[in-house]
Amino acid sequence: MTAFFQNMGLPFEGAWLLATVIGILLIALPVMLAVAMIIYADRKIWAAMALRRGPNVVGPFGLLQSFADGLKVFLQETIIPSAANKTLFLIAPIITFTVALMAWAVVPFQVGVVLADINVGLLYVLAISSLGVYGVVLSGWASNSKYPFYSAIRASAQMISYEVSIGFILICVVLWAGSFNLTAIVESQKGYYGFLNGNGFNPLLFPMAIMFLISAMAETARAPFDLTEAESELVAGYQTEYSSMAFALFWLGEYANVILMCALNAVLFWGGYLPPFDWAPLYYVPGILWLFAKILFFFFVFSWVKATVPRYRYDQLMRLGWKIFLPTSLLFVFLVSGFLMLTRYGGAQ
Amino acid sequence: MIHVVAFYLFATIVVCSGALTILSRNPVHSVLWLILAFFNAAGLMILLGAEFIAMLLVIVYVGAVAVLFLFVVMMLDIDFAELRAGFVSYLPFGLLVALVLLAEIVLGIGLWSVGPIELAQRAGPVNPELSNIQAIGALLYTRYIFLFEAAGIVLLVAMIGAIVLTHRARGGVRPQNIARQNQRRPQDAVRNVNQPVGQGVEL
Repeated sequence: MTAFFQNMGLPFEGAWLLATVIGILLIALPVMLAVAMIIYADRKIWAAMALRRGPNVVGPFGLLQSFADGLKVFLQETIIPSAANKTLFLIAPIITFTVALMAWAVVPFQVGVVLADINVGLLYVLAISSLGVYGVVLSGWASNSKYPFYSAIRASAQMISYEVSIGFILICVVLWAGSFNLTAIVESQKGYYGFLNGNGFNPLLFPMAIMFLISAMAETARAPFDLTEAESELVAGYQTEYSSMAFALFWLGEYANVILMCALNAVLFWGGYLPPFDWAPLYYVPGILWLFAKILFFFFVFSWVKATVPRYRYDQLMRLGWKIFLPTSLLFVFLVSGFLMLTRYGGAQ
Repeated sequence: MIHVVAFYLFATIVVCSGALTILSRNPVHSVLWLILAFFNAAGLMILLGAEFIAMLLVIVYVGAVAVLFLFVVMMLDIDFAELRAGFVSYLPFGLLVALVLLAEIVLGIGLWSVGPIELAQRAGPVNPELSNIQAIGALLYTRYIFLFEAAGIVLLVAMIGAIVLTHRARGGVRPQNIARQNQRRPQDAVRNVNQPVGQGVEL
């Protein structure tokens, strides 16, 4: 796109700036729209699994429900507790929401269709997702109230714990692909057994794909790991003191994070924008549609789990993260690197 | 042009937030200014072309170290007035430390520009085709492998030391037996009783 604006007579830097801003808008606006629609999809799926109808009043089939909710919270009064630290109280939801959008910069939608094609793409994703903790911690502290603070500590301990095992899982994928660049990772997944696309079909990486899916649920605090909320047994969570738009930003950020995790699942393990089978006619379908189909499938899995699996206890959650996922993912780092050492990189010398 | 604007933006924010880290009254605000400084320092690293170091800075310092700082500072009950009172008495010592650090930086940069590393680089420049990660990895796992391993051992010893110092066996605690918890089935724990009305429940 930079070249296009350069041809229009702009100097390189102006063209680059304009192209980047347009690129950001082209990603951020559809993601926000997708968040609205995916909240509707989530509610419809839970409703179907609980034999209910779900939202069906606003618009055809209730399609406009999320927008009606958005308008409602937008018109509500923002209540700031008098003892709260006002600046941080308002910055916290903004951090959560912005961070959820930032990581999309490196997700490839097609060969070469990516906002920032950097060679440390996966490290960028890790860096951005480690920032997500601050929205939670700050909202809990700035509310100056006991229950949000407890919940913030609970939530951040959970997020930090699962980030460790996610890091090791990503290392396995990076070792196999030989690159941190997400486009290169997708391209490296072509042609397993001659006809399948996706690291998930690799017996060494398939357990990592499952563990990544579960860790992603814990990282985004979705059921069965939604102990940050646990609204039935604890006060709602770090966003207890929030109202109107500030609360909505947490909500939107949470769902944007869920979509991002689904996208990462698709990109890292199931071939991203590649079709599932390495068969020429399938490549005529634009890659972006394959990516969306995969994201939607994983989102369905997320809601399916939320609708059916009961909530974990906090000690079970910590045990799963530190005593099961961490050693297993570490073991697979050894297995994958050992396998590559013996085969691809020319055996023990 | 964009590089220059970005450099001055990042550099200004680093310096200002560094100053505010020291000057702000609330320790939580101090940590947050520190995080902003880390983040913008990472931006400066990217401008230098050291994107791997920049990402590590964000992951390690912003994502892990600063979170721990924030936890500790949030949960401490600090009397700010008492903290301020010691400022003047520590000032000479602080100035001394700052002076020593400044002298070391000046000396370091002065020696580096004419030193053996710089001269060696002029003789054999870094391969621009190689990405950051490949270049660092190639150096770290070949030429400096023993130093790298030694650093690993130091970290391992530090970790074991921390665990030994803080872990203590407490009496009177019943640890969970996870295997027994998992073996438990509904029929072991639940009993369905068709209780006639007015007869009370047998426990």
